[in-house]
Amino acid sequence: MTSPNALLHRRDVVNELLRDRGDLLVIAGLGAPNWDVSAAGDNPNNFPLWGAMGAASMMGLGLAMAQPKRKVLVITGDGEMLMSIGALATIAVEKPPNLTIAVLDNERFGETGMQKTHTAAGVDLAGMALAAGIRTSRVVRTAEEVTEIRNLAHEGKGPVFAQVKINPEALYFVLPPADGGILTTRFRQSVLGDASLYN
Amino acid sequence: MAGLGAKPEDKASTPPPLWPDDVYRILKDAGVRQIGMVPDAGHSRLIRAFEADPETRVVTLTTEEEGVAMLAGAWLGGQRGVLLLQSSGVGNCINMLSLPSICHMPLLMLVTMRGDWGEFNPWQIPMGQGTQAALEAMGVIVTRADEPHLVAQSVWGAANLAFNTWRPAAILIGQRVLGAKNFKELARK
Repeated sequence: MTSPNALLHRRDVVNELLRDRGDLLVIAGLGAPNWDVSAAGDNPNNFPLWGAMGAASMMGLGLAMAQPKRKVLVITGDGEMLMSIGALATIAVEKPPNLTIAVLDNERFGETGMQKTHTAAGVDLAGMALAAGIRTSRVVRTAEEVTEIRNLAHEGKGPVFAQVKINPEALYFVLPPADGGILTTRFRQSVLGDASLYN
Repeated sequence: MAGLGAKPEDKASTPPPLWPDDVYRILKDAGVRQIGMVPDAGHSRLIRAFEADPETRVVTLTTEEEGVAMLAGAWLGGQRGVLLLQSSGVGNCINMLSLPSICHMPLLMLVTMRGDWGEFNPWQIPMGQGTQAALEAMGVIVTRADEPHLVAQSVWGAANLAFNTWRPAAILIGQRVLGAKNFKELARK
């Protein structure tokens, strides 16, 4: 049981979101969410971003539409989500049932000196997602609620949006491969099979 | 390309251009399934064709860079796509173009131009004149199509480049192709 007054730790959150992940496909936003997902275990079904801030949720949409039988989980940060806030409207319109977006909200730009983001001033990402039309949208503050999001990500009744309030801690980096060609090729080989190598 | 009250859908006095039909068939043959777009009148016939096609999914974007990311995700999942945008939208895409460039992913962009031949709106000039330079600065292979008969073959060539060499490629469809009709519409006002 998590004390309601204690902020969640980001790597505990990610480890739980990725518990027994099966064939879950994961897009990780740049910065700490990338390192968190990689700390949980490098996996060919991960696509960890090293740049292209604002890409994560829309990559999730394109992937979810291309692979409707698979479940797609986007794990990104509050700064990254804020940069492409309009994507919530696009995703709400498209209603991909197999897409879950989990924002690790430490209310900070973590990579650049822990400057406050808009969520530190109370900007309600989950409320914005809900208002856009993503009907399953929650602020998450406890480990039990994280487990609920983990389970929702496997159910395919989305889209699901979660704003997970986390401790603004700076942790050691765990780096996945940095070569975009390797990340793309291994992901496609894992999802599409060896035939993708000949295309 | 609506302007000064002109109705871009009012085609009563001019036959529709046929190049969008050719482009539609070429993109279908290329296996395009996802269409990301911020609309432009110059793309309207092509958009209608994709919307009527049960095999293709048209996604309206709030900003064009969403489409760059969406089509990267599509490629990871084994689907091809195309981004339909106006030249002003190219400016919205610049940093996101890092994604296909560094990840060896195809990206096919069909850009209808503003701010070049025959432009009447001075506010369209800066981005219109900067469009090709901005794309090329980000490593996008650019082909211009400034005559109607060049559009289809340019799209065919760029689609092959993008999907077979895993690179971003853009076709700039000039106002010499798109624009004359608009001056007639404006002249009626």
